[in-house]
Amino acid sequence: MWNDFTQQFWSSTIDGLTNGAIYGLVAMGYTLVYGVLRLINFAHSEVFMIGTFAALGALTLFGIDSPQSGLALVGVLLLMTLVAMAASGGTAVLLERVAYRPLRKRGASRLAALISAIGASFFLQEVFAIWQGRDQLSIPRVMNKDVWFNIGSGQVRNDKVLVIVAAILMMLALDRFVNTTRLGRGIRATAQDPDTAVLMGVNIDRVVLSTFLIGGILAGLAAALYGVFFELTQYNVGFLLGIKAFTAAVLGGIGNIRGALIGGLVLGLIENYGASIFGTQWLDVVAFSVLVLVLMFRPTGILGENLQRARV
Amino acid sequence: MRRAYSRGLVAAAAASALVLSACGGGNDNGGSSGGGGSSGGGSVTIGFFGAQTGPNAQLGINISNGVELALEQHNAKSGVTQVKLIKYDTQGDPAQATNQAKKAVSDKVAAIIGPAFSGESKTADPIFEEAGIPNVSPSATAVALGQNGWKFWHRVLANDDVQGPGDADFIAKTLNAKTVAVIDDQSEYGKGLGDAVRKQLATDGVKVAVNDAINPDASSFSSTVNKVKPANPDVVFFAGYYSAAGKLVKQLKDGGVQGTFMSGDGTLDAQFIAGGGAAANGALLSCTCSSAVGSSDPAVQKFATDYKAKFKADPATYSAEGYDATNAVLQAIDAGKTDPADINDFVTKIDFKGVSKQIKFAPNGELANDLLFITEVKDGKLAFLGDTTQAKPSA
Repeated sequence: MWNDFTQQFWSSTIDGLTNGAIYGLVAMGYTLVYGVLRLINFAHSEVFMIGTFAALGALTLFGIDSPQSGLALVGVLLLMTLVAMAASGGTAVLLERVAYRPLRKRGASRLAALISAIGASFFLQEVFAIWQGRDQLSIPRVMNKDVWFNIGSGQVRNDKVLVIVAAILMMLALDRFVNTTRLGRGIRATAQDPDTAVLMGVNIDRVVLSTFLIGGILAGLAAALYGVFFELTQYNVGFLLGIKAFTAAVLGGIGNIRGALIGGLVLGLIENYGASIFGTQWLDVVAFSVLVLVLMFRPTGILGENLQRARV
Repeated sequence: MRRAYSRGLVAAAAASALVLSACGGGNDNGGSSGGGGSSGGGSVTIGFFGAQTGPNAQLGINISNGVELALEQHNAKSGVTQVKLIKYDTQGDPAQATNQAKKAVSDKVAAIIGPAFSGESKTADPIFEEAGIPNVSPSATAVALGQNGWKFWHRVLANDDVQGPGDADFIAKTLNAKTVAVIDDQSEYGKGLGDAVRKQLATDGVKVAVNDAINPDASSFSSTVNKVKPANPDVVFFAGYYSAAGKLVKQLKDGGVQGTFMSGDGTLDAQFIAGGGAAANGALLSCTCSSAVGSSDPAVQKFATDYKAKFKADPATYSAEGYDATNAVLQAIDAGKTDPADINDFVTKIDFKGVSKQIKFAPNGELANDLLFITEVKDGKLAFLGDTTQAKPSA
């Protein structure tokens, strides 16, 4: 057991961080929407799923089915990312308009919005299951997986580095955006006190729409990276990942952007360390046990703050 | 094969789809094939029993195509008793199977090709036994079916107990593996197969260096790869279905695991290659079912050509078994037997070379020989290597 842990420590660490970075990117979408609306957007996993299908569609459309290098690789990665971001962002905005705004305008309870979110999630999953079939679809390999060097048992591979670096850069950009721009100030104001924010002249519809759009764009980036890294998609690809990402958001402190990424990375590490000690069948058991323990001692998550005063 | 996909929340949706299709089902039983040709004397009706619609319909269609081909070839011969076919669509659902079995009994069919799946066999076979209708299953592999003392039941492939130990012996003797990693997907099928392989490997004196179990719906199997890598096994055996197998083989090869990837009938599907890509090449897949594609035997090649000409597709999993099961019954009819009991007596003693294997039954209705067949993935295609005694993997 401990033997396995020490033997696999570095490989578990690197893979944990890679998986965790994808959790973290999706978790930022959950955390943003929660911070502003106090709504758990359960359809966010489908926003991600649509991003993976869009990335695959872009590759198919341009007939890219072999690994690229150099500038061509950069171009392909940008293409996948931009198309996935557009699709995911568009889906998130559409969801807000169709599934949430009508309820919000009529003053429906948060529970109603939650049910609407679950309904939208099922709707989108089934639409894709019927349209694209229920079998797993392969995304062609666009990037050769080159091992740069090894740290102990762990391979430092180009696609893993790409995922981790992209997630950290995106988190920093988002953090800066929310803290320095006018729209970011609106988002923070709405998160703190929606009523006062309206009185102060914040256009709350615009803020909510932007929040969904940003969350969708982040999910789109996660989807493109997922496509490059795992090279597959399926109508229910977002389901398990969405649960993990939501868990990461709670673990890091929901409503906290940096917390979402840290929660994702920590969750990824716990999963891989736990699996190396107890076996992969215990991966989820270990991860969720640790989540419960953390929440027992820090109910607001690792970086969390009091939800009433949540600062996005 | 036991198909048991876990689809989580989607199961509810699938269930409602079943209900919907169930409403529309049951009305396509009239389809009869043949008809042409000069009738020598009278006609006999037999039934195909299995899924034609529903989530696992493809396997049922593979079989019924084999049945239709056998009947067409039979009825085209001059001076033979014309044989008509009624298809009983069970949708692979044990509850539907009960109704369809009663219908088959009231239709007074002389014999049944099927039931296709193990679950529907469990509910339908007692009805056929009671009515005294001989039935030959091309594909049901549950072990328990052979232990009921049924007199009218037969199957033309070995049961699930053959696959696990057969795989382990193949790994130990043909592949000469010293260390093996065994990974299952925690499903009823995967856990059962995986444990059977682990047990027999221990008996054969092969070291099982890594035991792990994955969640087939997960995206990342990194922790499993990290366990397998340092053990550097000669063979990685995966017990589970094709979609997880495709993901797993890719992540193993990308992670630098060199050993041969091997899996069972749950992975024997073109979808495995689609998911695994280039990493799937060299993988070995076992099945108690035979394959007609890529065989060097002229009789089997003729079957594959005729099948392709009629259905515009290559014979797929269980097509050859469906063809052989039908021919067993047709030989009885050609011998002048038209009464169900007489057909059963004839089939019980039959011994002929089918396209899938030698067809000869033990007294309990099981196949007399326990053959396990190996298919290798070569250049992105499934290449049939023959049974475990003949198979020569290229790697």
